[in-house]
Amino acid sequence: MKSTLAKNSFKRGFAAAAAAFALISGPALAQEPIKIGAFLSVTGPASFLGDPEQKTLELYVDKINAAGGVLGRKLKLVSYDSAGDAEKARTFAKRLIDQDKVDVIVGGSTTGETMAVIPLVEAAQIPFISLAGAVVITEPVKKWVFKTPQSDRMACEKIFVDMQSRKLSKIALISGNGAFDKSMRAQCMDVAKNYGIQIVADETYGAGDTDMTAQLTKIKNTAGVQAVLNAGFGAGPAIVTKNYRQVGITLPFYQSHGVASKEYIKLSGGAAEGVRLPAGALLVADGLPANDPQRAVLVAYKHEYESHYKSDVATFGGHAWDGLMLAVDAIKKAGGTDKAKVRDAIEATHGFVGIDGVFNMSPTDHMGLNLSAFRMLEIKGGDWTLVK
Amino acid sequence: MSPQFVQYLLTGLTVGAIYALVALGFSIIFNASHVINFAQGEFVMIGGMATVSLVAVGLPYLLAIPLAIATAALVGLALEKFAVEPARDASVVTLIIITIGASMFLRGLAMLVWDKNLHALKPITGDKPIAIAGATILPQSVWVLGVTLAIVVALSWFFGRTLLGKAMLATSHNRLAAQLVGINVRMVLFLSFGLSAALGAIAGILIAPITTTSYDVGVMLGLKGFAAAILGGLGSGIGAVIGGLVLGIVETMSAGYLSSAYKDAIAFVIILVVLFFLPSGLFGKRGGERV
Repeated sequence: MKSTLAKNSFKRGFAAAAAAFALISGPALAQEPIKIGAFLSVTGPASFLGDPEQKTLELYVDKINAAGGVLGRKLKLVSYDSAGDAEKARTFAKRLIDQDKVDVIVGGSTTGETMAVIPLVEAAQIPFISLAGAVVITEPVKKWVFKTPQSDRMACEKIFVDMQSRKLSKIALISGNGAFDKSMRAQCMDVAKNYGIQIVADETYGAGDTDMTAQLTKIKNTAGVQAVLNAGFGAGPAIVTKNYRQVGITLPFYQSHGVASKEYIKLSGGAAEGVRLPAGALLVADGLPANDPQRAVLVAYKHEYESHYKSDVATFGGHAWDGLMLAVDAIKKAGGTDKAKVRDAIEATHGFVGIDGVFNMSPTDHMGLNLSAFRMLEIKGGDWTLVK
Repeated sequence: MSPQFVQYLLTGLTVGAIYALVALGFSIIFNASHVINFAQGEFVMIGGMATVSLVAVGLPYLLAIPLAIATAALVGLALEKFAVEPARDASVVTLIIITIGASMFLRGLAMLVWDKNLHALKPITGDKPIAIAGATILPQSVWVLGVTLAIVVALSWFFGRTLLGKAMLATSHNRLAAQLVGINVRMVLFLSFGLSAALGAIAGILIAPITTTSYDVGVMLGLKGFAAAILGGLGSGIGAVIGGLVLGIVETMSAGYLSSAYKDAIAFVIILVVLFFLPSGLFGKRGGERV
């Protein structure tokens, strides 16, 4: 009895699989799919970036295919896990170009991985949309390279604008020794004078450090400090925030967009109250005014992602949404996958409403965002609120 | 003493106490086998992560902490049984390489069993800073210092007063002689892994409310603990404790008074200088290797 049941269900399963196979392969035989290549840090130290990015790409490639694909062709996602390793990223990018022969590459969760791949895509002349933050990716402009996240320089500028409006001009900087931290620190130092900001203390901490009270005590005892800015992501900023309250500093405290996830609030406990940071509008999607141009796109993405994966949406997944949709938009406009035409179409993107902001690309700007892409948020009652 | 100095000292002691616990774990296994167990940091991680997940399913600290320590001890015993013991006739270098492999394996396993996120534990008794002479210390830091002190006292009793402890000590002095007087040296090695793992786990649990924990938290703590053990003299219990405290204090003092960018460099330079004059560490056994 039991065995026949098993046999029956086996048969049924087989039939279903065969039917599914026929369904998938049917249209694919008729027309080649459009291949989207990706290399993301799904595991490793930057997995908090790569994981939501990968999930976003999978979810939306499926969605687009279910709605009939692009130009009547299905999308096919070819994705590799580069684990935060620039060397692996290079190998996978080579494979995407030479073996998989993808039409466009979306990926590079970190700046290091992205920079390692740029010489390859420039040589192969294939459109590449990076999901990493640093300014160096698109400055100077590289013909085939674009990026979707707001840059660290913009984060500094947004913070300094807010400081100016609060009449804070002497600040202390504390940052980690990771690539993100270092790049943001350099950018902030670079643009500070444009906003009349003077950096009177500059402290750093190591990647595995367990306590930053020494650095903060030093800042506390530096004369004239009016505000403190912490550039970093991961465990570091959470420890800095806790130590900040412990040593009893009461000055306004700013964090970077690197901590723009619920995780940070959770990890620092009550200590994160009153902290301000620049972040994409996604975190406050439901709280945006109805006339905000991004509201509809943000709310749709947030709800689709959260209902599908049963976990909180992260800004980083939004970078991947923008990358994929910019590519799809460009392929539609180019009327096919001719690489040069797709590249020109991405560069001509104008008024494209994405998750990270409204994109206006140009031959001199391959990111296409301005300061309005960042919102200044303050943590109140364990949640994000928009600073008016 | 200025409040600043007190602050640096208190911070240094807290950080150093954790290094000391990790360093003790290195020393115990080194004594039993002359193996440097590079999976020591992973025991720290398992302690913290196991507590996080046990607390998440609703267990109180009183149950979650002993269970997490037991979990780590079991992992330590299993590591000895299934990875180190089958290769017991191999050279020490081979065994060390095995522990490096084990540490990677455990880290990967933790990533799958738990996740890749950072987790925070609630402090055992609140998080309102305590003011001491113009400086502040978290109640959790008091726990770190108190528990470390208690462990040091308990360990010195264990090694000085109990038969099992004496057997372990005897094995570290002369393995062959210990075997000849009837000590089961294989059992000693087996137990030393369990004990080290438990110590590492305690460190991991104590530090998790202060620093957060994640699957890869063991890498840096393991490295710092190893440096502390070397500084104090590998194999010396008191050396591990002093080495840990010195490393912690030097780090915070250089961050506070010199440059936070070079604090790790300064700490390691001091270690190198000490080792140049005292190659076997502050409290290590004197004299060269007998051939």
